Amino acid sequence: MRQTILYAGLLLALLVAPWIGYPVFLMKALCFALFASAFNLLIGFTGLLSFGHAMFFGFAAYVAGHAAKVWGLTPEVAILCGTLSATGIGVLTGWLAVRRQGIYFAMVTLALAQMIYFLCVQAPFTYAEDGIQSIPRGQLLGVIGLGDDMVMYYFVMAIFVAAFALIYRIVHSPFGQVLKSIRENEARALSLGYQVDRYKLMAFVLSATLAGLAGATKTLALGLATLTDVGWQMSGEVVLMTLLGGMGTILGPSVGAIIIVAMQNYLADLGSWVTTIMGATFVVCVLVFRRGIVGEIAHRFERKA
Amino acid sequence: MTELFGVPIQALLGQLMLGLVNGSFYAILSLGLAVIFGMLNIVNFAHGALYMVGAFFAWMLLNYAGINYWAALVIAPLGVALIGVVIEKTMLQWLRQLDHLYGLLLTFGLALILEGVFREFYGSSGLPYDLPDVFKGVFDLGFMMLPKYRIWVIVMSFVLCLFTWYVIEKTKLGAYLRAGTENAQLVQAFGINVPLMITLTYAFGVGLAGLAGVMAAPIYQVSPLMGSNIIIVVFAVVVIGGMGSILGSILTGLGLGLIEGLTKVFFAEASTTVVFVIMAIVLLLRPAGLFGREK
Repeated sequence: MRQTILYAGLLLALLVAPWIGYPVFLMKALCFALFASAFNLLIGFTGLLSFGHAMFFGFAAYVAGHAAKVWGLTPEVAILCGTLSATGIGVLTGWLAVRRQGIYFAMVTLALAQMIYFLCVQAPFTYAEDGIQSIPRGQLLGVIGLGDDMVMYYFVMAIFVAAFALIYRIVHSPFGQVLKSIRENEARALSLGYQVDRYKLMAFVLSATLAGLAGATKTLALGLATLTDVGWQMSGEVVLMTLLGGMGTILGPSVGAIIIVAMQNYLADLGSWVTTIMGATFVVCVLVFRRGIVGEIAHRFERKA
Repeated sequence: MTELFGVPIQALLGQLMLGLVNGSFYAILSLGLAVIFGMLNIVNFAHGALYMVGAFFAWMLLNYAGINYWAALVIAPLGVALIGVVIEKTMLQWLRQLDHLYGLLLTFGLALILEGVFREFYGSSGLPYDLPDVFKGVFDLGFMMLPKYRIWVIVMSFVLCLFTWYVIEKTKLGAYLRAGTENAQLVQAFGINVPLMITLTYAFGVGLAGLAGVMAAPIYQVSPLMGSNIIIVVFAVVVIGGMGSILGSILTGLGLGLIEGLTKVFFAEASTTVVFVIMAIVLLLRPAGLFGREK
């Protein structure tokens, strides 16, 4: 009951937010919240640390941008193209990465993401250093113009809410329970007869697809796709968002994403210090704050109850 | 014969030489990673950043204090090792009971801090480091030119790798280390100061990275970004070789440097990705890595 009220309240907040805040900033925050939630599906609920999630986010951003600008597709189809491209990369890289465990998994995903990064540097359709710029938002279903920030915001919000509901559903499904059992004790899950590698791959592909959805949506909302979206720093950022908000909590990654995006927004004048501050946040989180913000709050509540 | 597969032999040998130099750096860095991983069970993401710090120490010593290359070769790695001691004592020490992933995340944070600080003060364009006079010029072998400094780097890293291998595999100290890797508690019970050994291992591993940084300073530009550029390739090297074997790390590092050099000659577009492609192939054929053992 309390949960229902919480989610209803959050939905209401999302609906009123653009009347209070700046819609473009909110769209960006929502896209990163979705990105972090997708990432959390892997680290938080399956126990796999991917250090290369920028490859899905960034590549989908490029594909969606190309589809909208060069092919002239409508926004929903462009986003679909981007998302499916991330699924494709997810199947290939996941198939390779699940062969290794733990710390090696992190290194493999990082290296594969770097490969995608270099491909993006060289491929002609990404325009290397310039990126794809002034991507048109187009008309939803060919009817509703998305040029207005308010209209675009509600479109982005609808995507976010749908994807978030999907993640919620996955986590609370029998499939999600199997993933959690793999996180807790992989050997036991295996001995109970679950094909662990297949489950891991499915989780990986789902996570990649949703990360791609976030990237593609971000491209249309902000109108550009650049190398920043595929670089390793972006992979690190999404790890930080999730860690800060709380790994393995449903709402944590979104909270973390909003804080980090806001921080980058307000501290943009500080130049390279932003990198230093993010690094310091990492260190503090790992040393004293491993549950993250939402995890810590939930922990306090549980202790009281 | 001056051409091989349509490529002038001179160019081919030149690139192989460069590949061997890059490979030397991969070897030293992945060796350090392997030593640290063996003892601390931590993948040290800050390794690349500390390599960068080593290069910057050498640059600062020369430009602010007029201290030359030879002295920097000793001072800078010691400075980096000292940073290592501080990191281990104040942070990594507390992560020993936790999942390995936290060590990776913490050292990633440290790498960001170091990179951010140096970028703030020195920009990201890169600073030149003057070669000592002894190393200026080339050996003329008739069929090719060998830049003196590159020969030095290759010989030096060969000696370093051999030395590390010898210490770990053949000395008493190395035996303690290896025993500590297998069962720290038991070794501690024999009266050996394991926490001190762990600290020194970390300091030694990052000191190696710092030394590699000093050696790299005259070849590449000294830049805050040099660390993150190389560390990801080194991670791929480590995945290919497996971190279980010292000799394996060295051979894989050198071999991949050579392959990268060859790729530059025959298929330049792929030279940035070839290491990752090889990693993918190794994952398919031998998931545990060339020299690794499945745990």
